[in-house]
Amino acid sequence: MTESARLADRYRRRFLAAVGVGAVLGSGAIRLVELAAAKPDDQPVSGEVRWGMMIDTSKCAEGCTDCVDACNDEHGLDGFGRPQTDAQWIRKLEVRERATGKVTSLPMLCQHCEHPPCVDVCPTGASFRRADGIVLVNKHTCIGCRYCMMACPYKARSFVHENLTDQRPWSPRGKGTVESCTFCVHRIDRDARPACVEACSAAGHGAMVFGDLNDPDSDIARRAREVPSRQVRPDLDLNTGVRYEGI
Amino acid sequence: MNTRYETLGGTGRGYYVPLILLGALAAAGLAASHYMDVHGHVVTGMTNQVVWGMPHVFAVFLILAASGALNVASLSSVFGRGEYKPLARLSGLVAVALLVGGLAVLVLDLGRPDRLIVAMTTYNFKSIFAWNIFLYTGFLAVVAVYLWMMFEPRMNRHTKTAGTVAFAWRFILTTGTGSIFGFLVARQAYDAAIMAPMFIVMSLSFGTAVFILVAVAAGRLAGRTLPDAMLARLKRLLGLFVMAVLYFALAYHLANLYVTEHHGVEYFILVDGGVYTALFWLLQVGVGALVPLALIYLPRFSARRWTPAAAALVVVGGVAQLYVIIIGGQAYPLSMFPGADVSSSFFDGVVASYAPSLPEIVLGVGGIALALLVTLVGMRVLPFMPDRYVDGTGG
Repeated sequence: MTESARLADRYRRRFLAAVGVGAVLGSGAIRLVELAAAKPDDQPVSGEVRWGMMIDTSKCAEGCTDCVDACNDEHGLDGFGRPQTDAQWIRKLEVRERATGKVTSLPMLCQHCEHPPCVDVCPTGASFRRADGIVLVNKHTCIGCRYCMMACPYKARSFVHENLTDQRPWSPRGKGTVESCTFCVHRIDRDARPACVEACSAAGHGAMVFGDLNDPDSDIARRAREVPSRQVRPDLDLNTGVRYEGI
Repeated sequence: MNTRYETLGGTGRGYYVPLILLGALAAAGLAASHYMDVHGHVVTGMTNQVVWGMPHVFAVFLILAASGALNVASLSSVFGRGEYKPLARLSGLVAVALLVGGLAVLVLDLGRPDRLIVAMTTYNFKSIFAWNIFLYTGFLAVVAVYLWMMFEPRMNRHTKTAGTVAFAWRFILTTGTGSIFGFLVARQAYDAAIMAPMFIVMSLSFGTAVFILVAVAAGRLAGRTLPDAMLARLKRLLGLFVMAVLYFALAYHLANLYVTEHHGVEYFILVDGGVYTALFWLLQVGVGALVPLALIYLPRFSARRWTPAAAALVVVGGVAQLYVIIIGGQAYPLSMFPGADVSSSFFDGVVASYAPSLPEIVLGVGGIALALLVTLVGMRVLPFMPDRYVDGTGG
């Protein structure tokens, strides 16, 4: 290598290093701006908050799958074209009352119960409820026994039946473990709403309201107070975090 | 003169052919589990609708049979029925072997069998599954001590104590197994306290049936066929348990039939469930209970010829019963909106389809083979077989 070539090589290296450092600092700055508004990662989740969702079934159109599509995209639930084994964290139900013929369309997802049967039955404690009411699966301690799927009254959970690729970094999944709606916990911890709620309101439906049920001034708490709504399977007394209007 | 016990002698085909056959089947089960582990459960018939399949039918059958296989030992040690004493050791061995086989199937079906260590170290004690981990491993330990008391002459005087502990442990263990289903509030077919006692009587019946088959085979292998009197005794025991299982099935269905919200699932199992209805009436009730009862109680059927046949039919009926409970109970859809028809892309509101795949069946059969292999090798290395079948004293 000649002297000039060596010099050029050194400058190229310095330039690349500077670009690298700049990129790291720059992205760090963006991250800091984003983090400033949210819960710091080193602070525990507050038990004073109870995250919940209100679904107005009168605004939920039959055949509309905006919330489902957004969820699948957010969490990389692409599926393998095998409906029996592909994961579904949120799905649309068509409910037709036998006596009257009244048809209601609604999204069904993990109801984030206060007393979740899935958490009760999990042998390792991998199914757990966060202090703020979000029911999650610890993917490191789930042994894949599927007892939680037997226990869930809402069929809200899916088992990962095959190898996965191209996972979303914020929504880790694993073959042989059970998973379900996380209420988009990664977004909540950054002060954003779940992807399904965003999509529903972006499309102008406004059928889903998300917020803190414990904050009396929040939209969701006010709505829960003023508008008739109910839980699915109220007989089980699970105090679900998801409530439905118009059923 | 006391009964002397001997190891299984001989190195001929009578020992090595079953040894190699059972070893091959157990190895095939292991290979099937590896195949499921590499490809994921997509290669099984299990889905997000039917999450527990054939492996669980086999595993629960083996675990129930394990508890019940100890009947003969309990009768001898706890209830002082000396006529059963010659078979008490074998009864303990079969109990341990069946549990090992059942647990192997259960563990190898996990989505993450490599995380067994997590299950052994991280517990949620509100989960009956977590309790069962202790109940199952504890059963192995309790029966091992019990066998030691029986084997070691200096320890013989403690046999009754150890036998009583094992007897109590069995009931708690089977209560735990039944409660896996009894505690499931979500599903129409479960959520019933009767599950625990029903599983206890099922264990008594299935365990006695399996033990009869193993004892007859072991006797033949050791060149000492079971005497007619012993077969007749075991046969009468089996008859009582088969009737008890039938009674519990009746009580379970009658209670469900009374409650309107359970009419759907009852209609499904008893009338309109296709394969589940057929399995219930033909195999569970007919082949698994009524025919064996006829073989046991009609005098024209001799104990010597027909007891093993009756036991085999009880085993078939037992597997069918567990298939109906475990898979039929899941196939019937969840009732989220009573009085409404529900449909979705996730098979809500429709009866789930399930067809067991080959790897699942091979895994289940592998568990049975493992249980028999443990029994065979156990008989080979330790003196389990009596030189005679008459003994007047319990213990």
